[in-house]
Amino acid sequence: MKRIITATVQNRSGVLNRITGLLQKRQFNIESISVGRTDVEGISKMTFVVDVVDSQKLEQVTKQLNKQIDVLKVSDITDKAIVSRELALIKIVSSAQLRSEIQGIIEPFRATIIDVSKDSLSVQVTGKPEKIEALIDLLRPYGIKELARTGMTAFLRGQQPQVTELTPYSLLK
Amino acid sequence: MRAEVKPGIHTGTKSKTGADLLVESLIKEEVKTIFGYPGGAVLPIYDALYRAGDAFDHILTRHEQGAIHAAEGYARVSGKPGVVIATSGPGATNLVTGIADAMMDSLPLVVFTGQVARGVIGTDAFQEADIMGITTPITKHNYQVQSVSDLPRIVREAFHIASTGRPGPVVVDIPKDISANPADGNYDDSFHLPGYQPTIKPNPLQIKKLADSLAKAKKPVILAGAGIIIGKASEELIALAEKFSLPVTTTLLGLGGFPGNHSLALGMAGMHGTYAANTALYECDLLINIGARFDDRLTGNLKHFAPNATVAHIDIDPAEIGKNVTTHIPVVSDSKAAIKALLTHAKEGPDHDDWLIGINGNRDNYPLWYNNPKEEMIPQWLLESIHKVTDGNAIVTTDVGQHQMWAAQYYTFNKPNRWVTSGGLGTMGFGFPAAIGAQLAAPKDTVVAVVGDGGFQMTMQELSVLQERGLPVKVIIVNNGALGMVRQWQETFYEKRYSHSLLDVQPDFVKLAEAYQIKGMRIDTQEELIHSLPDLFAYEGPVVVDCRVLQQENVYPMIAPGKGLNEMIGVKP
Repeated sequence: MKRIITATVQNRSGVLNRITGLLQKRQFNIESISVGRTDVEGISKMTFVVDVVDSQKLEQVTKQLNKQIDVLKVSDITDKAIVSRELALIKIVSSAQLRSEIQGIIEPFRATIIDVSKDSLSVQVTGKPEKIEALIDLLRPYGIKELARTGMTAFLRGQQPQVTELTPYSLLK
Repeated sequence: MRAEVKPGIHTGTKSKTGADLLVESLIKEEVKTIFGYPGGAVLPIYDALYRAGDAFDHILTRHEQGAIHAAEGYARVSGKPGVVIATSGPGATNLVTGIADAMMDSLPLVVFTGQVARGVIGTDAFQEADIMGITTPITKHNYQVQSVSDLPRIVREAFHIASTGRPGPVVVDIPKDISANPADGNYDDSFHLPGYQPTIKPNPLQIKKLADSLAKAKKPVILAGAGIIIGKASEELIALAEKFSLPVTTTLLGLGGFPGNHSLALGMAGMHGTYAANTALYECDLLINIGARFDDRLTGNLKHFAPNATVAHIDIDPAEIGKNVTTHIPVVSDSKAAIKALLTHAKEGPDHDDWLIGINGNRDNYPLWYNNPKEEMIPQWLLESIHKVTDGNAIVTTDVGQHQMWAAQYYTFNKPNRWVTSGGLGTMGFGFPAAIGAQLAAPKDTVVAVVGDGGFQMTMQELSVLQERGLPVKVIIVNNGALGMVRQWQETFYEKRYSHSLLDVQPDFVKLAEAYQIKGMRIDTQEELIHSLPDLFAYEGPVVVDCRVLQQENVYPMIAPGKGLNEMIGVKP
């Protein structure tokens, strides 16, 4: 099962290596990982999507991450009310004649053309990974020259529903 | 207490160097003993040590692996962090096995490695190795010092992290320019680790749940791990067991945490554990694990591990709870605090005399056993004899393998911190250098290094340290001319195809000892052993004893790999 996990970490050299190394050592499969600074100096936030077989394995992931000294907080936010986004840059083969056709395809996705050359154009799209997949599928027939994705980043919505069926991974359960 | 550090003479100035700061920090941490080996990248540190005079006892081992295993032995016996210094590149990589070993067995170590100067890191400079990258997965934490002003704080953090919570090794990598350059400022060494706050006190709700389960249990059993020893909770454990008549079995590393001669002691559990212990774990309805990590060598096949039990697990490391065995009552806590809370809250349960009678019956009817044809030296008998002559009071260190299991089975430990063995990683060559560290931590105690003929040959260069220091370590080579456990598995599971496990050619261990001006002796028969053993242990200096034991002897009883606790073979008929 795919889980979205966020970690607040101290921005020290080697921290990314610690975390990816740990996930690899414990045989957790990382689908995507994104890292960036937060508003607090010295603190970064990581979002990863991991594929785990069961809840016991998931509990191990969060506990092992929490054990890292540079990791301040780990949350599995999959089952919560969240906003999650990913950005993708897609470079496709395109002549001047095709440009407006492509424009028509990407518009409902609220994607934008950010670079144009003689025989290609580049599209920027943000959204949930499924939306990005859908756009990529639509653009594939034109010939994708290059594709870059940031991986998902996410956090909790400002307001959480009153009743949620959460599986707590707290030790106090 | 605080020795005055003389300023760096080699720099031609009166200023202190980064290395002097390191020495000051070590003095502040009350470090007395350092295990190490000099080299290019730590020359400034060794110069500062030289100028610090007799502030430290520096043990120069003959290989970095010897230094780190000695530090492990020191840490296990003293309970204090073992301190190691090695140079960059090969010096640092030679420590890797010991660091991994300490990580697996939760031993506090603070390891200082030299590094090439900051300006050339990443250029494949002479004797450069990415020791941060190499040790990240096998340390509790590691640091590379990027600024001399961070050094005092990092040293304090390193000692704090290594010795609190679940102990473990911490590596501090110090570039040569940091240790060599002047360091005159007043550096703040206060620290705050928001991401490291171990839970020490148990959650009262979980203690209540455990107390309630105990009050209902008809077949309770305690499994005591190294957490008892590290948490100094032996007395509390004895009180708990006696108050509620709870039988206690220990893990390999937990030996000594509960007195082996106690009427409630079942001995060691696991692959080569006792029938009584394994049967109790299999049949129990309440299993209270205190400070053990449900290692696969203990549990056997998880399907057959405590199948009908409510499992309570007390551990200071939350990640150990529920890792291998489904746990119903998790208690994240220091072992001592948890047992004390349990003693306060638990109430007498139903009478479980039948359970105890059954267990005692198993213990009396199916004890550890071996055949003893008097014409050969039988290794189990050898270990029993050593136990007898030392009154069970010696500190015993071992490598990994047959001799380790026989020591665990036949050298009954009644006190904690007497048993130094490589459990999790199973490191050959551990026992002898660990004995050096153990002897330094406990100079007045008898220290016996029980080693195999294979393992001893991996680290026997440390005989130099015995010679130099006159440390009275008694080295007992359980010499069966084979890598015994490998040979046993090849006999049992590979139809006696002894592939590269027989050591037909060996050095003359007596002459080897004598080459280091150490008393050496070879013993072939039981008679000789009975005759010489008391003298050997009465002798004040170091001794190397080459004990020729029967090669074909195997470790029993046994749970074969993939089998469950209820499928033991080799139990006394």
